[in-house]
Amino acid sequence: MTTLAATLPRTAPQTRLLGASLSWWLLIAPAVILMLAFYAFPLAEVLWISFTEPEPGFGNYERLLTSPALQRVWMTTLRICVITTAITLVAGYVVAYALVSAPPRIQRWMFVCVLLPLWISVLVRAFAWVTLLRSQGVVNEALVAVGLIDRPLRLIWNEFGIAVGMVHYMIPYAVLPLYASMRDIDPRLVPAARGLGATRFEAFRRVFLPLTKPGIVAATVLVFIFSLGFYVTPAILGGGRTLMVAEYIKLQILDLIRWGVGTMMASTLLAAVVLVLAIFARIVDFRRLFGSRH
Amino acid sequence: MDRSAQAGPAANVLAWSVLLFLLLPITVVFPLSVTDQRFLSLPYEAPSLQHYVTFFTSERWLTSTWQSLVIAVFSTVLAVATGTLCAIGCWKLSTRLTDLVRVLMLLPIIVPSIVYALGIYRLWIRLDLLDTYLGIILVHGVTGIPYVMITVSATLANFDPRLEQAARSMGANLSQTLRWVIMPRVMPGIASGAIFAFIHSWDEAVLILFIASRALFTLPRRMWDGINENLDPVMAVAACVMMLLSMLLLAGDLWLRRKRDE
Repeated sequence: MTTLAATLPRTAPQTRLLGASLSWWLLIAPAVILMLAFYAFPLAEVLWISFTEPEPGFGNYERLLTSPALQRVWMTTLRICVITTAITLVAGYVVAYALVSAPPRIQRWMFVCVLLPLWISVLVRAFAWVTLLRSQGVVNEALVAVGLIDRPLRLIWNEFGIAVGMVHYMIPYAVLPLYASMRDIDPRLVPAARGLGATRFEAFRRVFLPLTKPGIVAATVLVFIFSLGFYVTPAILGGGRTLMVAEYIKLQILDLIRWGVGTMMASTLLAAVVLVLAIFARIVDFRRLFGSRH
Repeated sequence: MDRSAQAGPAANVLAWSVLLFLLLPITVVFPLSVTDQRFLSLPYEAPSLQHYVTFFTSERWLTSTWQSLVIAVFSTVLAVATGTLCAIGCWKLSTRLTDLVRVLMLLPIIVPSIVYALGIYRLWIRLDLLDTYLGIILVHGVTGIPYVMITVSATLANFDPRLEQAARSMGANLSQTLRWVIMPRVMPGIASGAIFAFIHSWDEAVLILFIASRALFTLPRRMWDGINENLDPVMAVAACVMMLLSMLLLAGDLWLRRKRDE
């Protein structure tokens, strides 16, 4: 009783404050309820199932250490993600670099080229790559017609096809943060370095490149996270021969109905994404991205 | 100062090759859709609209298009209504707890779709919502909320909170303040958010594999099956239809932005 009495005076102003803001909390409520009931709860259940089916314990996670097949899926995923991220970053850097230095008229057209793919369904883009890269596809037919090759090249249903489709999907996500970091650089710095005797390459490497580091980190995190759990493009362009983790999960659940292994792989995928975010959250201001005033 | 001196010719050539690479798959779809052949190829002699006729007279494709539209419209309404109110509430209160709410709303963008797909599949089995309009609209609506939150929060970021206080102190109640003071101000954000949420549902291709099977077959779902089974030219037409709607909405968004800046 005494503790209750002691806390009363302190909580009283808080409840009054809560009363004034209660109506604003009511505005937030529908979205929060929907998100908790139909997003957070099912997500939590995925984690739960991974520890409880087929039997309670860490059995599913032990497989990760013992099963070569599971390890191969993760190694393939990581390998493709690293390759994709590396190529995307170089390509995105070049585009962002050209963007900041382009005159406004040309810059607008370049922006259209970067943003247009973002608005096209990922499925449509995967379909387009299939029509371009398959053995009777546009690219192979053109190469044969020109006489560069006699037989069609295997450009699809392997890791090469997956990498092409993924890099294509990810480039805009790399360009935007890179462009944002380059835009803030004083345009007089590089000419100043040149004026002091640096070569074009030296001025870039020692002045411009270090200043774009925040953009590079943000782009890397974004592209790597999106690549890890990417489903549509690897599933279509890999043709079932190269299994990445997302497609492996789909197979486990819809085709083999092995919930334990499926949810375990999904949980490790989620853990990997959260881990990457946690490591870099201090460097990249994700909150600013989301309009928080704090 | 001549800023164009920064990027050398080599960098520019490289940059434009990357940009062409970005446009390549988009530009190839339309020529494929007007092929005069019965298989997927570029037109041999003259462009033909025969596969467009097939698409627009095929009951399967039309049903899918219609179902996709219905689902996208209703899930957009759901996402916009709840997301807008939530963004306004978070903006006004702006406490540690609302920051947590913002993180919660961001989840669908961060968490890979495949992980969420398992959870919602399981839940819908239990609630018997698989393959129903309600089930898909709820899922597309909830995962569309982040886009609305982002765009509405962005328009609110420059909005002076004292305007809202002034309205309240002059006797306006909450719904009047919302309607006459806040809503007109955030309308551009709502419009952009609605466009994003609509396209999110219209293009969504992962969750639908899990939560719909027979009764409901959205356009992406039908394309998915087509790509994995038979690549016929009607697929290129469907791809064009999907792209066309996205392009129209993108143009609408750009037009709205320009109007706002005037």
